[in-house]
Amino acid sequence: MDKITHHLDDRLLMAYAAGTLPEGFNLVVATHISLCDECRARLGEFEAVGGQVLERGDTVALADTSLEQTLARISGDAPAGDDRNTMPQRSSVFPAPLRDYVGGDADAVHWRAVGGGVRQAILPTSNAATVRLLHIPAGAAVPDHGHRGTELTLVLQGAFRDEEDRFARGDIEIADEEVQHTPVAEAGEDCICLAATDAPLRFRALIPRLAQPFLRI
Amino acid sequence: MTASEEKDSQWIECVIRIREQADQAAFAALFRHFAPRVKAFLMKGGADEALAEECTQEVMATLWHKAHLFDPARASVATWVFTIARNRRIDALRRQRRPEPEDLPWGPEPEPDQAEIMGLQQDTERLGEALAQLPEKQRSLIERAYFGELSHSEIAAETGLPLGTIKSRIRLALDRLRHAMN
Repeated sequence: MDKITHHLDDRLLMAYAAGTLPEGFNLVVATHISLCDECRARLGEFEAVGGQVLERGDTVALADTSLEQTLARISGDAPAGDDRNTMPQRSSVFPAPLRDYVGGDADAVHWRAVGGGVRQAILPTSNAATVRLLHIPAGAAVPDHGHRGTELTLVLQGAFRDEEDRFARGDIEIADEEVQHTPVAEAGEDCICLAATDAPLRFRALIPRLAQPFLRI
Repeated sequence: MTASEEKDSQWIECVIRIREQADQAAFAALFRHFAPRVKAFLMKGGADEALAEECTQEVMATLWHKAHLFDPARASVATWVFTIARNRRIDALRRQRRPEPEDLPWGPEPEPDQAEIMGLQQDTERLGEALAQLPEKQRSLIERAYFGELSHSEIAAETGLPLGTIKSRIRLALDRLRHAMN
């Protein structure tokens, strides 16, 4: 695999560690970390900060019988199995958290055409953010768009370039309101990305704008 | 070994005794220390007292059931409890799924390396001290980011501070924490 050169920033890692991101963003972050040992280590640091905030934080007294109730709860529960995330399948395109949402690997996605050869599949998450898979034919462009909120785009297969940079498997692009870009998939291999937005994208051209409510882009 | 490192090895010992002997006294010691902190954490995140009490019991029960997954070379007991409480909060209060990263192909070592555990305890100690020594304005933003449900822009709306100020204070706080860790 190529070395990952575009990583999560502190703001996203801290919010993921704190558990305050919308579900759609959590999915992109968890999928990137599955591919990126560097961000996994940084996440460990942000979780350690959470541990110390908890350790040093306030306390609230428990009910008098709380410990007994908890022990009763424990003996009533079924013993927990080893529920670690499904063992990694290094040959798969999608890491485990994404496979859970899709119900399988890349071949299990129900794609819908959105024009220009581009296909997408919206994944079910809470409404605070929308997350979708995009399938862009090698050499094709994603419609020119800006952003009202934050958009995260994680490459899972192939690569794309925009005016600024190149993004390959594992790379994440974090775009905010200032970014107006036209990502183009590289020749050679179709590009599959996982993209999440916390506000609808804003297309420059008239027709995509009209189509927006129907596509839920 | 400092007092707080000693405490942390005591918590690790408790988790091991739960895992190997289903030791209720070890569980009671962990409960007395962590349950009141978890309850406060859940209430600051928006739970009322009854819900926070119930969720705290669930978090502590999860700790018992998952004691075999705890790896002292990867996280302190406080960090581990924090992640369990955080996940419970997302589930119970925000009613969302929590996608987790794929596990590494290796799991917890049966006999974790003592030097690694010691190193992690020293790091945890330094991190706790660095957090305590942050200027009040920076520390309170870090705590709110972890305790609250608030995004940076919501904190801005509530405190009247410009978003840029909040972002730069958090960045300064993280720089100081990093500096203390190196």
